Amino acid sequence: MEMAPIQDSRSADRTTILEMRGISQIFPGVKALDGVNISLHPGEVTALIGENGAGKSTLVKILTGIYVPSEGEILIDGQPVSFSSAQDAVDAGVTAIHQETVLFDELSVAENIFLGHAPRTRFGLIDWKVMNARAAELLHALESEIDPTIRLKDLSIAQRHLVAIARALSVEARIVIMDEPTAALSRKEIDDLFRIVEGLKKQGKAILFISHKFDEVYEIAENFAVFRDGRAVGHGRLSETPQDTIVRMMVGRDVSNIFPKVEVAIGKTVLSVENYCHPTEYRDISFDLKRGEILGVYGLVGAGRSEICQSLFGVTRPSSGQLVLEGETISIRSPRDAIAAGIVYVPEERGRHGLALPMPIFQNMSLPSLARTSRSGFLKAANELALARKYAERLDLRAAALSVPVGTLSGGNQQKVVIGKWLATLPKVIILDEPTKGIDIGSKAAVHGFISELAAEGLSIIMVSSELPEILGVSDRVLVMREGLSAGIFDRSQLSAETLVRAATGNA
Amino acid sequence: MKKLMKHRELLLVGIIAIMVAGFATRAPGFATPGNLANIFNDTSILIILALGQMTVILTKSIDLSVAANLAFTGMAVAMMDAAYPGMPLALLVILAIGIGAALGAINGMLVWWLRIPPIVVTLGTLTIYRGMAFVLSGGAWVNSHQMTPGFLNFPRLAVLGMPLLSWMAIAIVLMMWVVLTRTQFGRATYASGGNPTAAVYAGIDIGRTRFFAFTLSGALAGLAGYLWVSRYAVAYVDVAAGFELDTVAACVIGGISIAGGIGTVAGAVLGALFLGVIKNALPVIGISSFAQMAISGIVIVAAVVFNARAERKAGRIILRDRGAKEVSA
Amino acid sequence: MSDTRDMSAETRTRSAIPDRLGTPVSRLLGSWEVLLFGVAIAIFIANSFASPYFLNAWNLSDATFNFTEKAMIAFAMAMLIIVGEIDLSVAAIIALASTAMGAAAQMGIGAPGLVAVGISVGLVCGAINGTLVSVLKLPSIVVTIGTMSLFRGISYITLGDQAYGKYPADFAYFGQGYVFWVFSFEFVLFIVLAIIFGIVLHATNFGRQVFVIGNNEFAARFSGIPVERIKFKLFLLTGLMSGIAAVCLTSRLGSTRPSIAQGWELEIVTMVVLGGVSILGGAGTIAGVVIAAFVMGLVTFGLGLLNVPGIVMSIFVGLLLIITIALPIVVRRIRFMSTK
Repeated sequence: MEMAPIQDSRSADRTTILEMRGISQIFPGVKALDGVNISLHPGEVTALIGENGAGKSTLVKILTGIYVPSEGEILIDGQPVSFSSAQDAVDAGVTAIHQETVLFDELSVAENIFLGHAPRTRFGLIDWKVMNARAAELLHALESEIDPTIRLKDLSIAQRHLVAIARALSVEARIVIMDEPTAALSRKEIDDLFRIVEGLKKQGKAILFISHKFDEVYEIAENFAVFRDGRAVGHGRLSETPQDTIVRMMVGRDVSNIFPKVEVAIGKTVLSVENYCHPTEYRDISFDLKRGEILGVYGLVGAGRSEICQSLFGVTRPSSGQLVLEGETISIRSPRDAIAAGIVYVPEERGRHGLALPMPIFQNMSLPSLARTSRSGFLKAANELALARKYAERLDLRAAALSVPVGTLSGGNQQKVVIGKWLATLPKVIILDEPTKGIDIGSKAAVHGFISELAAEGLSIIMVSSELPEILGVSDRVLVMREGLSAGIFDRSQLSAETLVRAATGNA
Repeated sequence: MKKLMKHRELLLVGIIAIMVAGFATRAPGFATPGNLANIFNDTSILIILALGQMTVILTKSIDLSVAANLAFTGMAVAMMDAAYPGMPLALLVILAIGIGAALGAINGMLVWWLRIPPIVVTLGTLTIYRGMAFVLSGGAWVNSHQMTPGFLNFPRLAVLGMPLLSWMAIAIVLMMWVVLTRTQFGRATYASGGNPTAAVYAGIDIGRTRFFAFTLSGALAGLAGYLWVSRYAVAYVDVAAGFELDTVAACVIGGISIAGGIGTVAGAVLGALFLGVIKNALPVIGISSFAQMAISGIVIVAAVVFNARAERKAGRIILRDRGAKEVSA
Repeated sequence: MSDTRDMSAETRTRSAIPDRLGTPVSRLLGSWEVLLFGVAIAIFIANSFASPYFLNAWNLSDATFNFTEKAMIAFAMAMLIIVGEIDLSVAAIIALASTAMGAAAQMGIGAPGLVAVGISVGLVCGAINGTLVSVLKLPSIVVTIGTMSLFRGISYITLGDQAYGKYPADFAYFGQGYVFWVFSFEFVLFIVLAIIFGIVLHATNFGRQVFVIGNNEFAARFSGIPVERIKFKLFLLTGLMSGIAAVCLTSRLGSTRPSIAQGWELEIVTMVVLGGVSILGGAGTIAGVVIAAFVMGLVTFGLGLLNVPGIVMSIFVGLLLIITIALPIVVRRIRFMSTK
């Protein structure tokens, strides 16, 4: 990875705008942040780096007044401040571009930008004329000509993102937080964003830039801080810290052995997808899946990866195309059909799509297998518990009891419940959508190992992932998708980070 | 999409116009300005209540207690007027608004502080407020001869050819339009119903916004309480029984999304007028007024079907997004 | 997401996961149902001190008519609320079914035919609601406000300010008959239905699927549960129970007016929520609804003995609803503040 040249102004007496001292955030049973220190300097970008679940988002929420920290203090210009609402943070000069789109579909662009601090007439009423004009100005400064009066829901994702940036810049802020601002952007849009960031630096603003893409971090930031498991484990100047060092801080150990790929004898074709099309989401997708094979599906967020998988599982229906399972053409109209055919899907959003969080572990596990555990429609708790215990042991699930609500488990253990629930249906094909998203690094290795094991047992696996190392480490073949179309299928021998990224982004 | 929203209100205007024209072919007097003004006057109270209900619905809540609030407040001011004929009318009106606001604030506090779902809260207070109207009156009626002439005549007073009741409805419509489109509170109601998470990030206190929405709805119900008893010249416990559902119906017909965050003042007013026209037309065209309930039922269901089609989100469109990105770049 | 239990469990060795925590008794204590049962007992004792007429088998038997018909619908409503929907048209279905039975009775149809008419009307109304909600995917709270207006409206069109009387003599059994001693037909039916609903909700695959849908509709759909079909069935069931309640109520009153059972939808929802069913869906028991039915019946009956008018009783019912929901929240908050 290439390092961007930075003018080092290293000196101990750099001014500090914002300082956080000994910040802890305690939730029932969890210490999300543990005595964290961090400081931000005018005209400099500080990159906050860490795995998912390291506490980055919690820090952002504290800085923007969503959470009140359990311990510690925040100083601005050396003066202690406390934020009890998002408005307090804005008043103190802190603004943020959030990771999720925290905008309003039904309101106009100008309203989205100025909600909470709209310009008023002298009667104290919202001045729409001034608001629209100022919104247009802000957008113009961002080199965008979006009409401030149209509704947000009529904008594309990239345009919404610009609105979010305009919103953050609409307040007189000295501290700008950018929480994974590039996640949904194309390379060109990222370049535009970075130009804006350079402009902000020149204005003397202090920027906290959260990302897990190292190339971007080295390109735009001067300083870094690494979080792991709620603690700040390192900080310094990027110009004098190689990437390996940061990765080690982030992971806490060497990365070499994350992907224990087991070599498996690949059998004959189990599933053939032929010319799958959807009116709006994807077109002409074809691939084969063999027994014991792991097919990676790679692409940027929004490339149509999850959509094709959900069609295979019957959540959405393709408009045309054919599905052949073990030599027979089948049609899947609902998840019920898919499960009956032996195709199961572990969704990306486990909590939202995969689990009934308030319900006990064993009831979640037995859910798609109720027909087997019950007798003529009546529940048999003993059978359910036996089934749950079998897969809990197999997956090394950690829980206080099989009757505790799934919602009380950690992310990794929740994922095990979802996988266990599907394994219990004895499937032929298992589709994993971002299987390690939101899972701590230790459990990740366990999940990867387990995926390989399943393939070795003869299951066919489709794994959607945005994480290149994961795709490279686990897959036998990789289908790359770009903007709803197939951008090629690559064999393990052809796999390299460059090939996949080039195919996924369309950059030659 | 904005066009469609615009269309929606125009569509309602069109439907109402066609209805009026249709009824006029059966009863020539129906479309005269005088009769139309009468219909408006007759619908004024529903308009006022629907605007309060709309504010609450925008915040992803519902207020089922408006009619009970109206009954209690109406009874309270009618009894005060009967007991102390010397009380100035302005004071009584202010009291009506105040009592209504207080009852609305109780709903709001239960929703805000205790986070009880609004439907449960107002289901409870609906029975409580109407029960209190009974306790207050002992079940007795306050009849027109017990009320003072000033109290009774105020809504009927003609100003520029229209009764004051109509003028009050117009004033409230304008006020609510300003409140919802020109104040921070108004935008907060749309925001907290449209996307609660984003509202928190924008520094909006959803609970507080709901509290004020309920208080506003209560204040309007209180005012409607006075208007109702003086217009119909009688106060009794069962006044406006079931009317809360008419207010919800007016909102639904007017395109206010029951899921919150979507709707306009014009929509709510047109929704109320739609119901008002039907109610006034039935006797004219010789259909028993008993049919009104069934017709509103069909209209509500039809409106819900229509709303659901209009609100259905397009979803993220990947294939077309390419085009959109190029446009934005 | 993870809590202390989970963290402490990280140190456990594999295969050490027990099936359940605590004993069955410890799980039962502290449940909403037990708390509510305590309230019921307290009201019972208070009533027996307040009025000398209370502790009389026949008076108590009479008191059950206060809630049996509503409770029958409440069982189905409980399942509907657990699944995440609601039906506000139940009382209007009673009115329509009762009107249909009245019209049929005028035509000289006998008691079995009338029962068939009442139940069929209930099923048809339930199917209409079910179609609107599960096929057209409309929000049930507004849809059923609409059908409530429609169903009762048809009743008004048919009857206006008239009433149907003249029901055949043997039709009276359903609302006025006794199976043995003080146990009325309605009360026995209530008990039988409670047992059936308890089994269906808590001991069958169908019941489990209802809970899953209520907790997470997405997850349910992703697990192959036919969400729409189950919702349709529950609306049908609610219609059926409303039809049965209409038979009992019409038989008991011996006449039909379009205003019959006015406002019952709210009392039935109150009964369900008081019974510990979460208005947000996903949690609740039939046992809770049964106890809530008794609590509401006892309150109404006790206040009736003290000559408190019906509308004032409704204040108590409303307060009961809000307080029973608010109390645990307030207690939890005080406990949280004191630990903090």
